[in-house]
Amino acid sequence: MSILINKNTRLIVHGITGNEGLFHTTQMVLYGTNVVAGMTPGKGGEWVIDGKIPVFDSVKVAVDATGANTSCIFVPARFAADSIYEAADAGISLIVCITEGIPVQDMMRVRNYLDQKRVRLVGPNCPGLLTPGEAKVGIIPGNIAIPGNVGVVSRSGTLTYEVLYALMILDRGVSTCVGIGGDPINGTNFIDTLAMFEDDPQTEKVVMIGEIGGTDEEKAAEYISSQMTKPVVSFIAGQTAPPGKRMGHAGAIVEGGSGLAVDKIKALKNAGVKVATHPEEIPSLLF
Amino acid sequence: MKLHEYQSKQIFARYGIPIPKGKVATTAEDARNIATELGGRVVIKSQVLVGGRGKAGGIRVAKDPRDAEDIATQILAMEIKGLPVRKVLVDEAASISKEIYLGITNDRAARKPVMMASSAGGVEIEEVARTSPEKIIKEHIDPLLGFKDYQSRDIAIAIDLPKQHWKLFNQIATGLWHAYQDSDATLAEINPLVITEDNRLIALDGKMLLDDNALFRHSDLSELRDLDIEAPSEIEARKYGLSFIKLDGNIGCMVNGAGLAMTTMDIIKLFGGEPANFLDIGGGAGSDKVAAAMRIILTDPNVKTVLLNIFGGITRCDEVARGILFALEEVKPKVPMVVRLVGTNADEGRKLLSDANMITADTLANAAQKAVDAVNSVKAGR
Repeated sequence: MSILINKNTRLIVHGITGNEGLFHTTQMVLYGTNVVAGMTPGKGGEWVIDGKIPVFDSVKVAVDATGANTSCIFVPARFAADSIYEAADAGISLIVCITEGIPVQDMMRVRNYLDQKRVRLVGPNCPGLLTPGEAKVGIIPGNIAIPGNVGVVSRSGTLTYEVLYALMILDRGVSTCVGIGGDPINGTNFIDTLAMFEDDPQTEKVVMIGEIGGTDEEKAAEYISSQMTKPVVSFIAGQTAPPGKRMGHAGAIVEGGSGLAVDKIKALKNAGVKVATHPEEIPSLLF
Repeated sequence: MKLHEYQSKQIFARYGIPIPKGKVATTAEDARNIATELGGRVVIKSQVLVGGRGKAGGIRVAKDPRDAEDIATQILAMEIKGLPVRKVLVDEAASISKEIYLGITNDRAARKPVMMASSAGGVEIEEVARTSPEKIIKEHIDPLLGFKDYQSRDIAIAIDLPKQHWKLFNQIATGLWHAYQDSDATLAEINPLVITEDNRLIALDGKMLLDDNALFRHSDLSELRDLDIEAPSEIEARKYGLSFIKLDGNIGCMVNGAGLAMTTMDIIKLFGGEPANFLDIGGGAGSDKVAAAMRIILTDPNVKTVLLNIFGGITRCDEVARGILFALEEVKPKVPMVVRLVGTNADEGRKLLSDANMITADTLANAAQKAVDAVNSVKAGR
C-alpha cells in the first residue's frame, strides 16, 4: 500500500509537448509510471515518447479514450487554472499541478470550485508525488528513494530531495513522498496528507517538512497530538528569514508577526513531534 | 508589488470611491500651484512606500499656498526610513468627524478574500487587531460569487454606520472589491475612510499591494513599480529570473530551490556564521543563469566566502559547474568558495570543478562548517 498513486495510476500529462512536460514524462515512463495520454491544445493526433503516448486536444476526450484517472499539469502559470478546471470537469479525481507562479486569486477560485466537486488537487508549485518502486507523478528524481515505511510530506522541492537522499543513504525507504507545494493557497495541506498516512498500513513513521509563512504547521501540530498514533519527525525551514520578505515561494513569508519558524517549532514540540535542527539530522530522530 | 497612496487612490476613484481633490507634485513650486488651484487648507503627503509617514513628519497640513511651498520644500528633502521622498501628494484638507477602516485581503487559512472593517479607523489596523480584536468586523467573500450587497449592509450595521451613509458605503465597499479583484491585489485598503463634518464619505488614504504572479495580465500596473524600495542587486536578479534577497552577513549563498536555500541560510547560522543573502537559482538553471547569480553575490563587498549548495534534480550539476567556471573566469573572485554538488550528474560536475581550487563538501552540515571555517580564516588574515 501507499497513498495517492500506485501501479493502478493512469496518468494524463497536461502540456506534454512542452520542454519540461516532455522531459519529465520521459522520466516518469522510465520509472514505470503508467502514462496513458498527453494533452496539448492544437497537438491532438500526435504521438510522443517513441510513438507510445497519444496526445489529445481535450482532457475529456482523452479520459474517454484512455481511462485516465490522474492529471499532471506542466502548463505555464497563465493557463494553469484553466487546465485544473478542465481536468476536474473531465472526471479526473487526482490533479497534481507542478506549475509555479499561478496568481493567488486564480487559486482561491480553483480551490473553492474543487471543494464543491470533491476533486483532490496536489500543489501547485510542487514537485509532485513519488511512491518508490511503483509510480512517480511530477519531477521528484526517482533514484533518490527506495520503497519502505516512512511517509514524507513537504512544502518544498529540493529540500525534500535532501531528506529522501539522507534516508536512502542509511538504507531507509519511503512509502509515498508528497510535495504539497510552496504557494499560500494549495489543494492538499499537511493535515490531509497526515490523515492519509495515518490510515495507510504501509506507513509506520512520518516526516513533515514545513517552512515559514501561514499557520498550517501549527494546525498540523494540533492534529498530530489529537489524532495521530504514528510518530512524526519534522523540520522547519526559514528560521533565519527576515520578516516581510518573500523567500522564493509565494507562501514563504513572515507577515505581521505570524508565520514565524519559532512558533511552528514550538507548536510541534508541544505536540510531541521531534523537530530536527537541520535536515540531515532527520534519520537519527526517526530510528 | 506595493503601490503608492496616490496610485492606489487613483485606482479607487475609477471604481466610484470618493477621494479628496488633489494632485502629485515633484517640486515645491508645483505643490504651491496645486494648493492655489485647490484653494484653502491642503495636506502635503510624502509618497514613500513605508509605514509611519505621519510620525516621521512626512504628512503635514498647510494653511495657504505659500505655506504649502515651504512644507513641500522640507518634505521633498526628507528621507523616511532610508527612502528618499521624490513626490508629494497635495490633497484638499478634510474636516473629519469620524474615521473608519475598510480593507480587503487574502485570508490564507480560509482560502478566500476577507473584507475587514472597523469603527476604530485611522490607526494601524494591526495595532487594533492586537489590542481589541473584537473591534474588527470580518466578512469572507466567496471568490466564485463575489461581494454581495447584503454583506456591505451587514458590515455597515456592525460598525454602527448611520443609515444615511449606507448607500454610499455600499458603493465604496463594492468598488473596493472590484478594484481588488480586477487588479489582482493581495491587499486593498482605505484607512481612514472618513465621515466629514459636512457628512460626506471620503477615502482619505489608500494602499494596495499587487500579486507579482499576476502582473502578466496587468502591464499598465506593472509600470507603476517603485524601484527605490529594492536593493539594486535584487532588481538585477529579477532580470535573470533569480529569486534573491540581500541580507547582512558575509557568507554568500547560491542554492537551487527556495526551501533548500532557506535551509542553507539556517544551517550557516546554526554553525555560527551569517548568510549574506537568500538566492534560489530555480529549477533547471543553465550556466548563464548560474554565472549571473555568481556576479550578483560577489558585488556585495561584505561577502567573504561563497557557499554553493546544489541538489541536482531537474537542475543538472554539470550544467551548474559549467556556469561556475564561466563566472569564475569573468569575475575572478578573491574569496574562498565551498561547493557541494549532489544528485543528477554530480560526478561530472565535481570533475569539471576539480581544477578550480574550490573547497568541496559532501553533506550539508559539512558544507556549512567549511564555509564558516573559511570566513574565520579570511578574518584571521590567513
